[in-house]
Amino acid sequence: MLKMRGVEVSYGKICALHGVDLEIRSGEIVTLIGANGAGKSTLLMAISGLARPIQGCIEFLGEEIQALPPNRIVERGISQVPEGRRIFPQLTVRENLELGAFCRHDPQGVRDDLAYVFSLFPILASRSQQLGGTLSGGEQQMLAISRALMARPSLLLLDEPSLGLAPIVIRQIFSIIQKINQEHKTTVFLVEQNANLALKVASRGYVLENGRVTMTDSADNLLRHEGVRQAYLGV
Amino acid sequence: MEYFLELFFSGLTRGSIYALIALGYTMVYGIIGLINFAHGEIYMIGAFTALICATVLTIWGLPPLAVLGLSAFAAIIWSAAYGLTVERIAYRPLRHAPRLSPLISAIGMSIFLQNYVLLAQTADFVSFPALIPDFAWLEPYRSIIGSSDLVILLTTAVVMLLLTILIKGTKIGRAMRATAQDREMALLLGIDVNLVISVTFVIGSALAAIGGVLIASHIGQINFAIGFLAGIKAFTAAVLGGIGSVPGAVLGSLLLGWTESFATGYISSDYEDVFAFALLVLILIFRPSGILGRHHNQKV
Ligand SMILES: Nc1ncnc2c1ncn2[C@@H]1O[C@H](COP(=O)(O)OP(=O)(O)O)[C@@H](O)[C@H]1O
Ligand SMILES: [Mg+2]
Repeated sequence: MLKMRGVEVSYGKICALHGVDLEIRSGEIVTLIGANGAGKSTLLMAISGLARPIQGCIEFLGEEIQALPPNRIVERGISQVPEGRRIFPQLTVRENLELGAFCRHDPQGVRDDLAYVFSLFPILASRSQQLGGTLSGGEQQMLAISRALMARPSLLLLDEPSLGLAPIVIRQIFSIIQKINQEHKTTVFLVEQNANLALKVASRGYVLENGRVTMTDSADNLLRHEGVRQAYLGV
Repeated sequence: MEYFLELFFSGLTRGSIYALIALGYTMVYGIIGLINFAHGEIYMIGAFTALICATVLTIWGLPPLAVLGLSAFAAIIWSAAYGLTVERIAYRPLRHAPRLSPLISAIGMSIFLQNYVLLAQTADFVSFPALIPDFAWLEPYRSIIGSSDLVILLTTAVVMLLLTILIKGTKIGRAMRATAQDREMALLLGIDVNLVISVTFVIGSALAAIGGVLIASHIGQINFAIGFLAGIKAFTAAVLGGIGSVPGAVLGSLLLGWTESFATGYISSDYEDVFAFALLVLILIFRPSGILGRHHNQKV
């Protein structure tokens, strides 16, 4: 579904990605693990069209997308939940959700999806008239995921959804991510520093170090791999 | 009491005009964090467009209110086209440049537009036809409020209402607010940020054009430099209310209008402009981010 070949991204003189190759197949949950500063967020921004690769290509559903403007990429079915959730604090929960559907022109489908995300996260329904900035961290993450789902993506990119949340909230959010993947056949690309959790829900994983993919395997094998266990699982 | 009411309404009229211009400053600042110094010139161009249009239409023999409406319409279109063009050629190429560059570009645009109108028209004041007729039924209240004041107030009120509906209740309005709060996130949601910015310039310019037409008809004369002081005053009003805030711009404008009106009416008209800026200094000492501005510097 998504293929990256030799993708290089740099910020001025700092090279953040040195030729990344990666593939995500339809229906999978794939995770990308790596330390802080490895280039994970940059990789997602490159897919979404906010960081322009200076080399390499990104193919989505057989077409190159690395030169498309961000709105065209969303229209093709890729939505991102960025690091830090980035809820619009001065807009209501409902307005945040409606903006998620900005690129769509099927009002009935949008209404159905609004009902769907409210069924996933009932708390959002009861807070729908509240300003986004007044939600708790966990609620903001739920809103951020729901907002991305409102675009009805076929590929959902999640950047560290567990960051700064309580364990119980993290478990709830991860089980919803699995549910979305199963019920809607939404392909999920999950970026995490919390490798343990990510590898448990994913079927495959990539390890990113200093802007390079250094390892890729099934999630089970990565969980058992000595180097990965030491570097990312803290055992 | 009658004198008080007269000053009240003349302050309200001034404030309305400031508000029509200040909204353009504050909306553009809210979206791209730039003080559009050429905005006063857009207002001036609106007034000139209306003048040319009104002259032709009056020769054709249309009734004054029809001339006013059509001239205002032409001014809106023409000013909006200028606003859009200024953004395209002077600001968009500098979007990722250091903050100072677009500011300098804006000042350059302002000087360019003034001189362009100076060359294309004239350096002298030219008289603008009084397009707002005296309403007979307003005669008893003549000493308090004139018919052109009334037209300015009502027009401004209607325009504000429409603007509020646009910002609060439409898809593009939501996109504008989202872009002002977090542009990168807006991009991630597939919002066409360039379009949002263009729309913001169009709306701001259209509002300034309406202000330009109304004030030109009210005062009766215009020249190429009227955008300068009006622009600075409106900018002051926007800062007063909290730059970036739409209700703040309106509040700041009304406050400024009343301050000027009452201070000149009760104290002295020699220092008209001094009062405006004294008010600004006072407010900024006690509330640096303006009356309705946010304290923590909101990302724009
Ligand atoms: N906007 C930016 N400007 C300059 N350097 C950046 C920017 N964003 C990220 N970087 C650098 O790129 C590298 C990768 O960052 P990032 O993709 O955020 O890593 P991660 O998400 O894995 O923590 C880091 O060295 C970081 O300092
Ligand atoms: Mg990151």
